Amino acid sequence: MITEAVQERENYLNASYGIKSWLLTKDHKRIALLYLATVTLFFFIGGAFATMIRIELLTPQGNFVSSETYNKLFTMHGVAMIFFFLIPSIPATLGNFFLPMMIGARDLAFPRINLLSWYLLVIGGLFALFAMLAGGVDTGWTFYTPFSTTYSNTWVIATAVGIFIAGFSSILTGLNFIVTVHTMRAPGMTWFRMPLFVWAHYATSLIQVLGTPVLAVTIVLLFCERFFHIGIFDPALGGDPVLFQHLFWFYSHPAVYIMVLPAMGVISEVVSVFARKQPFGYGFIAFSSLAIAVLGFLVWGHHLFVSTQSVYAGLVFSFLSYFVAIPSAIKVFNWTATLYKGSISFATPMLYAFGFIGLFTIGGLTGLFVACLGFDVHVTDTYFVVAHFHYIMVGGAIMAYLGGLHYWWPKMTGRMYPEGWAKLSALVIFLGFNLTFFPQFILGYLGMPRRYHTYPDEFQILHVLSTAGASVLAVGYVIPMIYFIWSLRYGQMAPANPWGATGLEWKTASPPPAHNFEEIPVVTHEAYDYSTVMGEVIQVG
Amino acid sequence: MSEHIDSIRTYTGVWLVLLALTAGTTAVAYVDLGPFSVVIALVIAFTKMLLVALFFMHIRYSSKLTRLVVVGGLLWLGILLSLTMADVATRHW
Amino acid sequence: MASETHVETLALREQFDTAEQQKDASTLGMWVFLITEVMFFGGLFLLYTVYRHLYPMVFAVASSSLNAVIGAVNTAVLLCSSYTMVLAVRAAQLGQRKAIVIFLILTLILGFAFLGVKAYEWNVKFEEHHVPGASFHFEGMAPELQRNAQLFFSLYFAMTGLHALHMVIGVGILSVLIFQAYKGKFTAEYMTPVDVAGLYWHFVDIIWIFLFPLLYLIDRHLPK
Repeated sequence: MITEAVQERENYLNASYGIKSWLLTKDHKRIALLYLATVTLFFFIGGAFATMIRIELLTPQGNFVSSETYNKLFTMHGVAMIFFFLIPSIPATLGNFFLPMMIGARDLAFPRINLLSWYLLVIGGLFALFAMLAGGVDTGWTFYTPFSTTYSNTWVIATAVGIFIAGFSSILTGLNFIVTVHTMRAPGMTWFRMPLFVWAHYATSLIQVLGTPVLAVTIVLLFCERFFHIGIFDPALGGDPVLFQHLFWFYSHPAVYIMVLPAMGVISEVVSVFARKQPFGYGFIAFSSLAIAVLGFLVWGHHLFVSTQSVYAGLVFSFLSYFVAIPSAIKVFNWTATLYKGSISFATPMLYAFGFIGLFTIGGLTGLFVACLGFDVHVTDTYFVVAHFHYIMVGGAIMAYLGGLHYWWPKMTGRMYPEGWAKLSALVIFLGFNLTFFPQFILGYLGMPRRYHTYPDEFQILHVLSTAGASVLAVGYVIPMIYFIWSLRYGQMAPANPWGATGLEWKTASPPPAHNFEEIPVVTHEAYDYSTVMGEVIQVG
Repeated sequence: MSEHIDSIRTYTGVWLVLLALTAGTTAVAYVDLGPFSVVIALVIAFTKMLLVALFFMHIRYSSKLTRLVVVGGLLWLGILLSLTMADVATRHW
Repeated sequence: MASETHVETLALREQFDTAEQQKDASTLGMWVFLITEVMFFGGLFLLYTVYRHLYPMVFAVASSSLNAVIGAVNTAVLLCSSYTMVLAVRAAQLGQRKAIVIFLILTLILGFAFLGVKAYEWNVKFEEHHVPGASFHFEGMAPELQRNAQLFFSLYFAMTGLHALHMVIGVGILSVLIFQAYKGKFTAEYMTPVDVAGLYWHFVDIIWIFLFPLLYLIDRHLPK
């Protein structure tokens, strides 16, 4: 137990003071915290919209909000959660903070571009926020034409501009990570000595760099179409609305891998540490990350099965969609094998990891259901799909994000979070999540359409269960907010390596000094070599 | 990038070839080659792109990584075009 | 203490250990950025591919209303600017301050020339009522095909417009470089900004290398 006052020792938090030292920082660790604040804000904004959706769905009639308002609610829930929370969440907070440290670098390759990325997210977020407050947007987060270009009377362009700007934030982060991993690894840090978290973020960055520009040009075209009616997506002018869907999903399908790959990187780290065992099949996990990034670009047409896309193209996309499940499954097998005969402890990060493995598996398997063209025709645009992606995004990605936050909290802040409350919240979140979303599989299979706020009476019981679950889930999310903030002042002081983990970030003090390493480390052994940390004397500084 | 400094002669040669190819592609456009017109036009454009990339952008001396990045980018554009056309071209089959 | 004694200079920023590492990072960074640009323009190339496939005759007729000679000359202008740009990079590699400035200025002038010709061409299109919008009308084409012709011109303006925007940004970058080169900021050891600016400029040239035949030379052999 370390009781020495950490405040006197210089670290990245107290190295300089004042608002300018934060808003003009080049330190990747401070930028990570700036991002943490921003994405947390948008998480709660998205959550507020979700709350209103679930309240409306308590009764079969549309009596809480009008149809038009309901359209805005699910649209803004999606926009806030996807573009301003999930996509930046793990890469821009945990990735920004730890990728340089894990490879033994002093910072990212382009620190000022890193800061610019954050400003771009904030500015994009302000546009989206403006649109939300000024009256909202009702096109669905997917902005399908011709509704978004011709018929919607809401703040389409403002929201689209916000997403456009945030897209460049994502592109620049990806560019920064790719160049950093290629050019700034410490001596001896070969590719296959890097932590799997780094591999996951490298693969994610490839997607960000190759996919997001297509979203950007699609938004420009949406803007041109809505403003100038040039006709590219308007059938009345000879255009093809399905082309919009091709362009949109070319990015937005790989985008789901932007959201889940970093989460998988977190799980690889957490499972290894809390089983005190080298990840089983390190090479397989590393290459499967790359495989997901590549294969993820070949399947977008499975979102267009019922759009009048050619059935031949549909068959091709359906066939390819099965392949992308394979590397994900490989990861699940490898994590499970890592647990086998490991020395397992049930600290909070590990609880989240268990939750991830189970819920991601369910989400992923139902992904195979909808990848099947025939089956998808029945469940597309129903709650089945909604449940499928929430199992992955919430049951998977958000759980991993929380697990990662807990795991690295001591390193980032120098404080331990309260383990008892943390375990309780993890449990509440797990129960709340399943109560919210499992009924939605049934609802969807029985025919409940998505984006509808009225429904037949016989569906009510399932909706009530789902809303009850959402209430529990909300409580589960609020508790960590409280104790994380509490811990900043009253949490137990954290040692350099509270978990006995390997990895260069654990060799620094908690919190780390501004320049990460007093001397750039020279790496001489493989990653996850637990023999080097067994019985290590825990020191500060 | 290493210090391979090309001669002015090399650059001038490439420049002249590029100008010639431009004149060529313009002239050939007026010849009836049926469906091959677009093929020839693209072949010439690709050749010009290769010349600019290899000589002016120094890919001749670049690392494998740089070349992989370039090939990857072009390949990805190819994915976007080919799989979308797989839909558009087969809709009325 | 490596971090304390590491003085930050233009040539060696604090996060890098060696100048070579910085140069590698900057160059790789520019190449990755150019790939994002390929995908960005790629969306427009996709639209072009789809609509040319769907409306081949209309596209051919619309394309023939563009002046191929002017287009070819403008292509040559841009190729010349790439030539002067690579000579500027070469001069920088040799540490020849005056030559860098001269070649960058020549590149700038050629860039302006290209943009000037472009502006002229757009003006011609405006006068011929080929600009998409309420007053669009393509002389001699059947009424039901007007909207397809308008699609061609929407793509024409979108693609050449996006390209021109990138040229303008390039012109801005060149201006900054000319000023810095004049001040003697670049030496044979440190000329990375000139190098990566060259990559950007050549890339914008390559985009035009494709735009020219795709927009100006569709089935020109067909009788009017």
